[in-house]
Amino acid sequence: MEKIPNQKAWLLVLPVFAIVAFSAVIPLMTVVNYSVQDTFGNNKFFWNGVGWYQELLDPSTELGGRFFASLWRNLAFSGAVLAIQIPLGIIVALAMPREGWGVAFSLVVLALPLLIPWNVVGTIWQIFGRSDIGLMGWGLNRLGFDYNYVANPIDAWLTIIIMDVWHWSSLVALLCYAGLKSIPEAYYQAASIDGASRWAVFTAIQLPKMRHVLVIAILLRFMDSFMIYTEPFVVTGGGPGNSTTFLSIELVKLALGQFDLGKAAAMSIVYMLIIIIVCWVFFTVMTNAGADRKGAGGER
Amino acid sequence: MENIAWMAWTPATACFFAAIGLILATMIWLAATRPEAERVGILGIPTTRGDRLFLSLVLAAVIHLAWIGFVGSQPIAILPIGEGIELSSLWLATAISLVAAVIVFRTV
Repeated sequence: MEKIPNQKAWLLVLPVFAIVAFSAVIPLMTVVNYSVQDTFGNNKFFWNGVGWYQELLDPSTELGGRFFASLWRNLAFSGAVLAIQIPLGIIVALAMPREGWGVAFSLVVLALPLLIPWNVVGTIWQIFGRSDIGLMGWGLNRLGFDYNYVANPIDAWLTIIIMDVWHWSSLVALLCYAGLKSIPEAYYQAASIDGASRWAVFTAIQLPKMRHVLVIAILLRFMDSFMIYTEPFVVTGGGPGNSTTFLSIELVKLALGQFDLGKAAAMSIVYMLIIIIVCWVFFTVMTNAGADRKGAGGER
Repeated sequence: MENIAWMAWTPATACFFAAIGLILATMIWLAATRPEAERVGILGIPTTRGDRLFLSLVLAAVIHLAWIGFVGSQPIAILPIGEGIELSSLWLATAISLVAAVIVFRTV
């Protein structure tokens, strides 16, 4: 039977094209246009070529200095967050019950922080950490620690990292739990017959089986922490000084605080390029994870 | 034109987006006239023509930014048109990007 060509599908995807055009493509084109120009407001623009990019990529200039400082700060934050959340998530997932009423209970408890809106998380920790009325801040000070996240950069960093760990570790735990659940019981039976230790079971069975979900968890947490804005903005506002000013906060300061549209546009393009590359790696790893496993299984 | 004044178009960015649009149109035309199958290249992942175009574009952006960061955009020649149009050294980055794109399309 011959196929009847039907072009109606084009008509049906038209709304999506229109929405994407207005929500993404046209704003993005505008940002590219801004990034090669300078403006003093009133919709008057002056050609600046790649001037902003040159400034942005040169750490000795004001703009470049700010960009690289916030980039390193952001990478340090992502690194710290990953270094805590991934092991913690694995430990929590290993400790979770496998059957009975405890499964549903722990799943709900773990999902709770994930359901709270980001600005509310920020507000919770902003109040929680205050040394006058916050339980944590007040308590730490009563215990003799000189804790004040508004004035001390280290305290501010600790507060934000602990907040992120509180907010997102359960995501890692839930992903690892799903990975653990997919391991057939036969593997554990074989291990117990061989007399394998708890550690050997973890390194030889559980960790390799969790590899793919861990890759997803690491990339997801990296992306999220690299684009973080709301929580540190609410808790510290980027301070004290610039100590917790991450890329997105710096970008908003530049675009909406100083109204330097050209500089901000150049910075967003470079920022977006980094995110696109990480995103591509994320997508490629995710879509090829299954195929990879099949190939590895075939060789054995 | 009044309606899109806020988009702050320039001739250069208009040419840039027109080129991107032309490339996409060519890709659509190619997909319709010469359908292709995925293949596995040096990255060890199956890629289509679109994947390779995406990689080439991202690579081109990285090459241009690296060029701006490490070399700069000093003029290297003056074209004898009108009062003389300065040719930025960035065009060398564009040439490198084109070569990189050809390599990506052949090997990845």
